[in-house]
Amino acid sequence: MKLLEDILVVDFSQFLSGPSAGLRLADLGARVIKIERSGVGDICRELYVSDVMLEGESTIFHAINRNKESYAVNLKDEDDRERIKLLLKEADVLIHNFRPGVMERLGLDYATVKEIAPSIVYSEINGYGERGPWRDLPGQDLLLQSVSGLAWLSNNNNTTPTPMGVAVVDILAGAHLAQGILASLYQRAITGEGALVQVSMFESIVDFQFEVLTCFFNDGNELPVRSAVNNGHAYIAAPYGIYKTQNGYLALAMGNIVVLSELLKCPGLKKFTNKEDWFSKRDEIKLILASHLNTSTTENWLNILEPADIWCAKVLDYEELVQEEGYKELEVELRVKTANGLEVTTTRCPIRVDGKLLLSSKGAPGLGEHNRQIEDEFLLQTIPVRN
Amino acid sequence: MKNLPLKGLTVLEFSQYLSGPSAGLRLADLGARVIKIERPGSGDACRQLAIKNLWLDDSSLLFHTINRNKESFTANLKDPEDLSVIRKLITKADVLTHNFRPGVMDKVGLDYESVKKINERIIYAEITGYGKKGPWKDKPGQDLLLQSLSGLVNTSGNEDHDPVPFGIAIADIISGTHLVQGILAALIRRQKKGIGALIEVSLLESLLDFQFELLTTYYSSNQLPQRSKHNNGHTLLSAPYGIYPAAEGFIAIAMVPLSKLATALECTALGDFQQADAFRKRDAIKEVINKHLSVQPASYWAKKLQQNGVWAMEVLNWLQMKEEEAYKILGMEQKVGEGKNEFVTTRCPIRINGKKFTSVKPAPALGEQNEKIRTELLI
Repeated sequence: MKLLEDILVVDFSQFLSGPSAGLRLADLGARVIKIERSGVGDICRELYVSDVMLEGESTIFHAINRNKESYAVNLKDEDDRERIKLLLKEADVLIHNFRPGVMERLGLDYATVKEIAPSIVYSEINGYGERGPWRDLPGQDLLLQSVSGLAWLSNNNNTTPTPMGVAVVDILAGAHLAQGILASLYQRAITGEGALVQVSMFESIVDFQFEVLTCFFNDGNELPVRSAVNNGHAYIAAPYGIYKTQNGYLALAMGNIVVLSELLKCPGLKKFTNKEDWFSKRDEIKLILASHLNTSTTENWLNILEPADIWCAKVLDYEELVQEEGYKELEVELRVKTANGLEVTTTRCPIRVDGKLLLSSKGAPGLGEHNRQIEDEFLLQTIPVRN
Repeated sequence: MKNLPLKGLTVLEFSQYLSGPSAGLRLADLGARVIKIERPGSGDACRQLAIKNLWLDDSSLLFHTINRNKESFTANLKDPEDLSVIRKLITKADVLTHNFRPGVMDKVGLDYESVKKINERIIYAEITGYGKKGPWKDKPGQDLLLQSLSGLVNTSGNEDHDPVPFGIAIADIISGTHLVQGILAALIRRQKKGIGALIEVSLLESLLDFQFELLTTYYSSNQLPQRSKHNNGHTLLSAPYGIYPAAEGFIAIAMVPLSKLATALECTALGDFQQADAFRKRDAIKEVINKHLSVQPASYWAKKLQQNGVWAMEVLNWLQMKEEEAYKILGMEQKVGEGKNEFVTTRCPIRINGKKFTSVKPAPALGEQNEKIRTELLI
């Protein structure tokens, strides 16, 4: 039995944050129905990235929305709204990521939905919470990275603030929402009661920084200082960082500088016998290390360091990665197929259950692909069909 | 919901450092009782791992941050007597987590098959670095190394920068997050069907999942992600997406049609570019924007852009963020512990029924709950 068998999720969310939560629930066994706007659908369908498209839709839409169904409606139409309410009676979970006030205007706020479906788990993601001066601003990933101080943690100190190149705020907010939904479903399985689960992107990205923010809160509010060269983490001593070699790059995590000096035959590092200098003089140490490591190949350094249990690794790009046995062994690639026959290779759910991979070959739905089926199944045609 | 959602559940945490313990922290905040099983004398190695040399009692502030709201029970897993106590404790537990390298729990007889024999309903959850098979299985599961092997370091920074790691332990945090999802879903099934589960996550699989948009695009195009020459925000996104230096401060601009941006910034030079070229010519476009923004402070541009409905925000550091009403109103900070050991940290980011989850309970001293737990077990 799948972990979330018999759980029905009605998902009004768009883009990445909410839909990534829906995807996880789908992979864990829930049935996820996307509620999309007739004619347009999830705006992510139109989000063309890097000029790579599949059947006129963005690759990322297909990655985020596989293993789901699509029900296209006009939420401003009264009959359609009645249909949605009938569907919600059968639902276990509702997800949305509209800005505060939108679901209220549609008459689908928690108080209203709870009357129709008392035991529903109603979950929402917004940008900055439901109150406060930024509540109506767009909850967009780069902007959240920028206001939360996150952009000051990566890259070298002489560079401008550097965003993380993956939509980390969306993904974390979605992951936190899934956690809240699952915890509430567990409680519901005991008491039968529903719940309101709320996550904001701002809270999620503050939580992501909990280790370093706690340091900042308690060290007299000193701002983080990235290292001048080879920055890996603003709060970690040398050698932590990525170093250029003759033929590529080498990552070095925490390590003893004196030991490194001997192993690498780098006499310039020998004088750093005081452990505290590894942090306070990390720029100086890293500069010496960087010029030394640039004199030989990544493989040569790995052959010296790995047998000595030094934490190190080569830096790979995707092309190199997918050829590695260590990658292939994980079987992360998943082939899915849409109703139109389009085949897409993407990644599978990262969680294994009872020793098994969670796999589904179901591709992303076409807009409104499941209207007929859903209306039949949930007897939604009792509402007069709009002209 | 009268109680915290996970009230009544007991979690035994054999995990150390960040990945597993961050999962334990989330479960604790959601109401579970989390008992760290630690080695006598030294405990979780994170106790000795300090950043900026900040300590509370004998353990680092870092340890306190990750392990607040938990208990500690010491046991030497190589000692048969201690092990029998642990087995007894396992019979009372709902969840077990560990993040040892493959084979370690097998050696002490606490692998899933053995544990299942003592407690059939247990949710046994583990994090490895690279999975349990293959040539990488015994490599150290360390965050920076995972970022480097998984290709993630090629996504941030500009084209001419060396690979740029994320300045936060993303692999640890994301795998801990996935572990929690697996554990909670398994608890739901257990509540309905009465059966336990084995939940497995690895840092590498979690970090690849984190890059699923980029990887899916790579699988279909065979094009490696290219960072833009200037102001890189996201390798897949066209201009203007990125952070720009202004005369004073920095401004982040997200997706926006070029014509709308040109109007908002009163930047006629942007009119030379077609929307269809926004990806292909993003370096040239970003250069134009850079030049245009350099003459006024970020606050000036933020106001102008926001008035025109363009997605933009000023870039803040933590000091500036803390001053913002929008931050204060979230109530993300909480005080933990008391007296000289009191410290400020963040709370759980999830709210249920309008309620924030906070807890003043500090991290445990090594073996702090030994007596209490032995009494409960009647030994």
